Amino acid sequence: MSVQDLRIEFPTRDRSQTVKAVDGVDFEVLRGETLGIIGESGSGKTTLGRALVSLVKPVSGRVLHGGTDLAILRGRELRRVRADYQIVFQDPNAALNPRMTILDSIIEPAEILGHGNDASRRRDGLDMLAQVGLALEVAGRYPHELSGGQKQRVNIARVLTVRPKVIVCDEVVAALDVSIRGSILNLFADLQRSFDLTYVFITHDISVVSHISDRIGVTYLGKLMELGPAEDVIDRPLHPYSQALLSAEPLPLPSNLRPTRRIILQGEIPSPLAPPSGCRFRTRCPIAEAKCAEEVPQWRQVRNGHWAACHFAREDGHSATGANCNDQKGGSNEDAE
Amino acid sequence: MNIGEFQTDRSPSGQKAAMETPLLDVRDLSLRIAGNETPLIRDVSFSVRPGERVGIVGESGCGKTMTGLSILRLLPPIGIAASGQVLFEGEDLFALSPGGLRAVRGRDIAMIFQEPMSALDPVFTVGEQIAEAYRAHFAASATEARARAMDALARVGIPAPDKRYFDYPHQLSGGMRQRVMIAMALICSPKLLIADEPTTALDVTVQSQITDLLRDISERTGTALLFITHDLGVVAETCTRVITMYAGEVVEDAPVDDILLAPRHPYTSGLLRSLPGLSPRRGKLPFIPGRVPSLAAMPVGCRFRERCSHAVPACEVYQRMEPVGPMHSTRCGRAGELSLMGAVH
Repeated sequence: MSVQDLRIEFPTRDRSQTVKAVDGVDFEVLRGETLGIIGESGSGKTTLGRALVSLVKPVSGRVLHGGTDLAILRGRELRRVRADYQIVFQDPNAALNPRMTILDSIIEPAEILGHGNDASRRRDGLDMLAQVGLALEVAGRYPHELSGGQKQRVNIARVLTVRPKVIVCDEVVAALDVSIRGSILNLFADLQRSFDLTYVFITHDISVVSHISDRIGVTYLGKLMELGPAEDVIDRPLHPYSQALLSAEPLPLPSNLRPTRRIILQGEIPSPLAPPSGCRFRTRCPIAEAKCAEEVPQWRQVRNGHWAACHFAREDGHSATGANCNDQKGGSNEDAE
Repeated sequence: MNIGEFQTDRSPSGQKAAMETPLLDVRDLSLRIAGNETPLIRDVSFSVRPGERVGIVGESGCGKTMTGLSILRLLPPIGIAASGQVLFEGEDLFALSPGGLRAVRGRDIAMIFQEPMSALDPVFTVGEQIAEAYRAHFAASATEARARAMDALARVGIPAPDKRYFDYPHQLSGGMRQRVMIAMALICSPKLLIADEPTTALDVTVQSQITDLLRDISERTGTALLFITHDLGVVAETCTRVITMYAGEVVEDAPVDDILLAPRHPYTSGLLRSLPGLSPRRGKLPFIPGRVPSLAAMPVGCRFRERCSHAVPACEVYQRMEPVGPMHSTRCGRAGELSLMGAVH
């Protein structure tokens, strides 16, 4: 999957202004990988995920699925290609019809696409139920009889019935309790192997994204700030925003193992109605200079396969301005002095 | 003085014999839904000393919010029967008259919630609401209350408080609204602040601002903090002591560092090990099998035993909170023989 200069805008209710939810994003999703997309609320990560499965139309730019632009396809052909790209949402309840049995919900997508016949779909649905670790007797139950974790498993089974190539996972464990998150994340990893899947994993949770991703992209106000191999982005981030985000993550560690100083960002994410000029992050950036207000930083490859949009990002991870540079000492621990 | 360091000083005689009188002492708090045998909250006992920062952690449905609400008797008046005692400076809040309780709420004990928007009145400016909280407890002129409210806004790090005073809640961001709630809670200089998931609705970069603010204020003013959250990371960074709750019971009570290094209850250990940040990248994540039992299916004895890998037949009898170390107690009969994994391997 390839995303080229993607821009998505929404008008405000009175149509006087536009929200630039995604504002010029370029990246590729590689076959078989897990690409983590991390960002705070309002960063455009959910809109980006929806655009990947063509649930929202871009204003400009393209999302190519195996070289095909879905925007030019129509009717049957569109449905056929689009079935390869599925999405699982955050709220396990909202995606299930309370008046349909679990099995009926699971086979519905295949039914709509006209795969097989009723008997084969049911067989396949029961098989998927087992694949996601649910007992067969769940098939005849209704969503309200299931726990949140079980419902999320049903949602996964549901997209698997159409044998997708790519699954976009939008905050799929955010609504679940910590003690059962692990079991769902393990399930995603197992299914990736057995079904040869590619994941785009969208979340605000740094610990989740760093655990499961091969590569990580960091979004802020509709733009990618950084994209690179997971280890590099977590351990040696290039962009001051990623550095601050990682250092803000509260760590459940005893006091003597916790980093002594964190980068505390001032203020909050600005309104996407009026994003700052130049670099989006400059209003909160500890190393911003005059240049940052004037020039939009280029999206450039700073290290091999590791991209960042910051004037001062350098290969060794230090920012060019000496006084404020953030020393990376391994781990996600930082020293802002 | 760093209150945090003071608090982690070990008292050899253990928690019960702590020299100070506790500020808040919850004794055998139980809540029952009318007509239901099984208590929703069972025998919850813990204390908070003056200036101490205590976290209550647990997953959804463990009773942590109910516990916080019942301290100020904010639970719905019908349908739930409470028993036990909530002593605040030796006085039982459960025995107070409505008027007496009103004098405590907002004055000695203040509370902030997860969603500041639902706690703020949309038709008054935030400044007026803070000033009102002050005038509810002190005979002050409108001018004096306004000056104090602006001062409170400044203390919680709101820029240009003389302008923000006149803003309505919808004009502020989520993080600013939570700061307003904190300003309102602190205007009467309470001795205890109960914060129920105050950062859960906020982004991580804003969350760290708010937790730092709460810790700083507690250190500077000596206000004790009861911090209710599901996030062990937030507790580790904010509190000095932590109480773990599971299925309506306190299962462990210990200084933060002790519980992170060497938890003594299998649930606390399981919860810690479930955090993805503590496992090797891309490896299998540990998790706790099953789910929190419903009230109707609550196991007799240890409420965690059906999900516990260490359960033995002896767990089928009621488990008491027992001391297992200095200031450390747990509700697990096997605590003495088990060696459980904490956050650091």
